[in-house]
Amino acid sequence: MRSINRRDFGFAVVAAALVPAGVGRADEQAVPLAIHIDNFVFAPAQLTVKVGQTVTWTNRDDIPHTVVCVGKFRSKTMDTDGTFSFTFTVPGDYRYFCSLHPHMTGMVKVE
Amino acid sequence: MSYHDYHEDGVSRRRVLECMTWAGTGVLWTVTGGVPRSLGLIGSAEAAEAAGMSFLQISDSHIGFDKPANPNAKGTLEEAIEKIRAMPAKPSFMIHTGDITHLSKASEFDDADRIISQAKLDVHYVPGEHDIIDEEVKLYKERYGRGTRGAGYYSFDAGGVHFVGLVNVVDLKGGGLGNLGNEQLEWLENDLKGRSKSTPIVLFAHIPLWTVYPQWGWGTEDGARALDYVKGFGSVTVLNGHIHQVMQKIEGNVTFHTARSTAFPQPAPGTAPSPGPMKVEDSRLRSLLGVASISFKQGDQRLAIIDTPLQG
Repeated sequence: MRSINRRDFGFAVVAAALVPAGVGRADEQAVPLAIHIDNFVFAPAQLTVKVGQTVTWTNRDDIPHTVVCVGKFRSKTMDTDGTFSFTFTVPGDYRYFCSLHPHMTGMVKVE
Repeated sequence: MSYHDYHEDGVSRRRVLECMTWAGTGVLWTVTGGVPRSLGLIGSAEAAEAAGMSFLQISDSHIGFDKPANPNAKGTLEEAIEKIRAMPAKPSFMIHTGDITHLSKASEFDDADRIISQAKLDVHYVPGEHDIIDEEVKLYKERYGRGTRGAGYYSFDAGGVHFVGLVNVVDLKGGGLGNLGNEQLEWLENDLKGRSKSTPIVLFAHIPLWTVYPQWGWGTEDGARALDYVKGFGSVTVLNGHIHQVMQKIEGNVTFHTARSTAFPQPAPGTAPSPGPMKVEDSRLRSLLGVASISFKQGDQRLAIIDTPLQG
């Protein structure tokens, strides 16, 4: 008997989140400042942008999601096809999550 | 969170732990929907004679949901309420374990109220994460939170059983699971303190209080603390929703049980790319939606739980 500990959980989340990013769909490459939510996963899980650039998240699930970066930004609830945009003006690592499904996490790196 | 962290009565406890339902990547679960319909909803003269009480659990009605997995969530809630109305023995009351609405819109709460009130039963609610996403996060509290603490937790007594409604869908942390928080846990500890250990306890909350499948967020970060406070009691029943399927685990004196949704099914842990709504053939949908009835007979340690699908 063994339950899943936090470390395994964290690893599983990261592993799951990386898969779609690695696949690199053509439309995402054409619009690099878009982050999509499919199957409860932010993709790409990590996105690097320049200061002043705007990132747009789009929810493509049948379930609402949010994008929350504690102390930095917080989207309204995005229903299916809902979007949220944020313009990054300060360099840094912005770790964010869905406040409804907090196992969904992602990061925007601003250079 | 690990069940290894709980300490209790030595050997028998350990044996129970060994027999626990974890296996491989998920849990083995008992589908009680296969119970012969003739045993049905607490109907029968037997239930009427027994010195005890019965109540109903409905969950995850998601009023406002209109996606392919069930374009008519209002209709299936109506069917569930119709089933409850048709029960030969009237239950004492009903609990709703959250996700009343899909998007916390006033009109969705209105529709849910209109339909659920047709059961003509008192309803004790706890919120799901879908019930607190209105801009000002006030509609749930306004409608269901009177006399409750924090984001809506409370306790009450009925038929010799002590019920505690908990909220584990607010203030969630990135990378984490459901969350009860210190304030609520301290309140719970006090609420249970001094109660006779022979009092049956029912804890109910939206997200499972035990760890079902953390990869999908199906568990409560600090649920172990809540379970610690009830460990001395002879009979503990933990009722949840959120995962839109029946799952049961018995561990020592504690029975964990999740109810079906009345809106749409979700996949078994790890069997799909995500925990999102599961589209099934129309003819199967109603066999995966339903309600639970729970009865307590004085002298019995465990509460009897019967899940009844809308159809089949």
